[in-house]
Amino acid sequence: MTKPIAPAPAIRVDGLHKSFGRTHALDGLDLTVESGEVHGFLGPNGAGKSTTIRVLLGLLRADRGTVRLLDRDPWHDAVAVHRRIAYVPGDVTLWRNLSGGEVIDLYGRLRGGLDARRRAELIERFELDPTKKGRTYSKGNRQKVALVAAFASDVDLLILDEPTSGLDPLMEEVFQNCVAEERDRGRTVLLSSHVLSEVEALCDRVSIIRKGRTVESGSLGELRHLTRTSIVAELAGPPNGLSALPGVHDLDVRGHRVRLQVDTDKLDAVLRALGTSGVRSLTSTPPTLEELFLRHYQDDVRGGADRDRTAVAR
Amino acid sequence: MTAVATAVPAGTARSRQLAGTGALLRLALRRDRVMIPAWVLGLGLVVASMGSSFEALYNTAAERAELAGSMTANGSLRALYGPVFSDSLGGLIAWRMAGFGAVLAAVMSLLIVVRHTREEEETGRQELLSAAMVGRRAPLTAALLAALLANAALVVLIAAGLARSGRPAAGSLTLGLAIGGTGMLFAGLAAIAAQLTESARMAKGLTGAVLGLAFALRGAGDAADGTAGSPLTWASPLGWAENLRAYADERWWVVLLFLASTALTVAAAYALTARRDLGMSFLPARPGPAAAPRTLAGPFGLAWRLQRTTLGGWTLGYVCAGAVFGGIAKGATDMVGGNRQTREIFERMGGQARLTDAFLATMVGMLGMVAAIYAAGAVLRLRGEETADRAEPVLAGAVGRLRWAAGHLAVAYAGTVVVLGFGGLALGVSYGVSVGDLGRVGPVPAAALAQVPAVWTLTGLAVLAFGLLPRATTAVWAVVGGCLALGWIGPSLKFPQWAMDLSPYGHLPKLPGTEATAAPFVWLLALSAVFLAAGLAGFRRRDIG
Repeated sequence: MTKPIAPAPAIRVDGLHKSFGRTHALDGLDLTVESGEVHGFLGPNGAGKSTTIRVLLGLLRADRGTVRLLDRDPWHDAVAVHRRIAYVPGDVTLWRNLSGGEVIDLYGRLRGGLDARRRAELIERFELDPTKKGRTYSKGNRQKVALVAAFASDVDLLILDEPTSGLDPLMEEVFQNCVAEERDRGRTVLLSSHVLSEVEALCDRVSIIRKGRTVESGSLGELRHLTRTSIVAELAGPPNGLSALPGVHDLDVRGHRVRLQVDTDKLDAVLRALGTSGVRSLTSTPPTLEELFLRHYQDDVRGGADRDRTAVAR
Repeated sequence: MTAVATAVPAGTARSRQLAGTGALLRLALRRDRVMIPAWVLGLGLVVASMGSSFEALYNTAAERAELAGSMTANGSLRALYGPVFSDSLGGLIAWRMAGFGAVLAAVMSLLIVVRHTREEEETGRQELLSAAMVGRRAPLTAALLAALLANAALVVLIAAGLARSGRPAAGSLTLGLAIGGTGMLFAGLAAIAAQLTESARMAKGLTGAVLGLAFALRGAGDAADGTAGSPLTWASPLGWAENLRAYADERWWVVLLFLASTALTVAAAYALTARRDLGMSFLPARPGPAAAPRTLAGPFGLAWRLQRTTLGGWTLGYVCAGAVFGGIAKGATDMVGGNRQTREIFERMGGQARLTDAFLATMVGMLGMVAAIYAAGAVLRLRGEETADRAEPVLAGAVGRLRWAAGHLAVAYAGTVVVLGFGGLALGVSYGVSVGDLGRVGPVPAAALAQVPAVWTLTGLAVLAFGLLPRATTAVWAVVGGCLALGWIGPSLKFPQWAMDLSPYGHLPKLPGTEATAAPFVWLLALSAVFLAAGLAGFRRRDIG
């Protein structure tokens, strides 16, 4: 697998603002997607994911901030940029009197072009009937039409906005395989999704946004590092000075038994402190991805400290 | 589920099919809280205020008698407005307003019914509602009740308004019933169309085509028979509306025709509802090609594919209308000579030329005004594609905004030429054949094409609204309707010139039959180009969605 050497990131957004009347949909959003990576784009409903994507596509005009897509301005160079990208909207609507096959070809022709062999192969893999008319497809099948068109198009960047919300588990797997193949070809994917297992399986890096701002960005490993590990320990003697250590939360000492949560980057000091008392047993539970996301999805999570660590892993 | 079931009062299967009608009706009235009052008040007040207009224009009995005599004596005028049954002030109001009001009430009713039936199913909103405690027949019933309320309000407003201004109560009520009755019959017809077709657009188009046919039948029948007694007239609901003979010898039994036919259409619609699935129609979907043809490659191919059926329908309708009106043009020469009133009206409507030419010019003018409905609809497809989220993925392709818009605009602008060209050709050929002189065909299509700059001005206005005020595109229909109303009722009400000048059609020479100068065409084309350019410039700068 060879990745093309591209100095400029595929997507670079800095301090993006967008208002609709009095609603501030985007409030200084940052997003960097390196060329060749699969980037997860996460956030609760209404956080501004689709608005960001529409700005990236040049459909909405940014109020403030810089937006670069494939090293171009998507508002002014929309046509040139769009020749190299494929987009799958979250809610695919088709023309009622056009067949699925016609729509796939149309979308392909509107982009850089369509690989006929890959089109046939994808229709087979997604088990799509291309002769049905737009109005007769189910939600999942409408998404398949848009996905086949996107994966068969000859483009450098795929922008997928919750593309699997209507797919069954079998098709979800086909989708994941397709994204992996795209990555192996050196293509860049921006994947907005609520399916955490999908994000975990596919994404090199993720950005989490809330209320129009980026609250976290980095690889999954880096993000895990920023959250708390639960520790349950049975000690030989009474614990020493645990409560004074930075990053320790919810400390619960009952005799020689200790339960606590610790910021993962402060784990070292806690283990050393435990060691001074002699450890008989120790259970350490790393944060699950769900906990990681839920922490950001929830409205008020322990003050603003977490939120200030924006884009630590850049 | 049992909890819900026990909450429902025990009823027959029939009454359970109507469950939720009240809630749906309230929803419909809430959604239409602007649209229905605007229609009812606008139409009702225009009709009700007609008394004072006629009083000012024809204030002596002799003047009215002369107008009535000349209007009824001439076949081509009868084709447009129907015969005059009484030369009283009320009789003239009924003559002028029965057809006009009935057509508009029909349009209002079909819009209401389709909006709350097929459109709800097409958008998928009905699915959510029907999954709640809503009976199978409830949506259709609620839509028809909304139409009934609107038409009943119209009847009351017209009857009370005219009676208050001193017209006889019986005639006022009859005129109201003629207009409201036509409205309800078309509500029933729209209910059937909503079952037969799968898209709201097609349901409206089908009902609109029936309305056009009704207008043509009544026109042809009245042209042939000065007492509105032709079988063609009786085949048209618009013929019934005039045959109620408000303010003359009221024929109350004609109301029964409206009642019976409305009941019949409503029953048919219910029968069809019971036999189909939600969201489906009686015209099953056939499979399409697995790959796109070569022509479906860009915004132009796509726009053509999406709009060609509509354009074909309009062209066919214009050819039929042109053929019918060309055939009755000869009747214009049956004119009882030397009638000052008629000539004056003819001159205002059709220019100073020979009466046949004036008649043809009037018909050409009608074709031109109605073509604006086609053109505005074709332009506003852009907005429809945008709000349905179908524009977004196309614009996310390597398609500039202007090229995407140009696809639909090309269909709108060129389609106007096609529709008017074929309509004018059919009018000319049909007229030439009926007088046995094909040498007279030529000027008629040319005259029809001379309407194009005025249509394009309104087309440009639609582009302007789409580009600069996308949320207010519905206002375009009000402008188009206003121009139609000015052209249709303006001449016989002696509207001042500045009022007629508000409509682009007021600036066109009356062709065929008069000399045409280049100036108005140049001005209209320039104005149209300015609207177009400003609209497109706005569209390039604004957000999509």
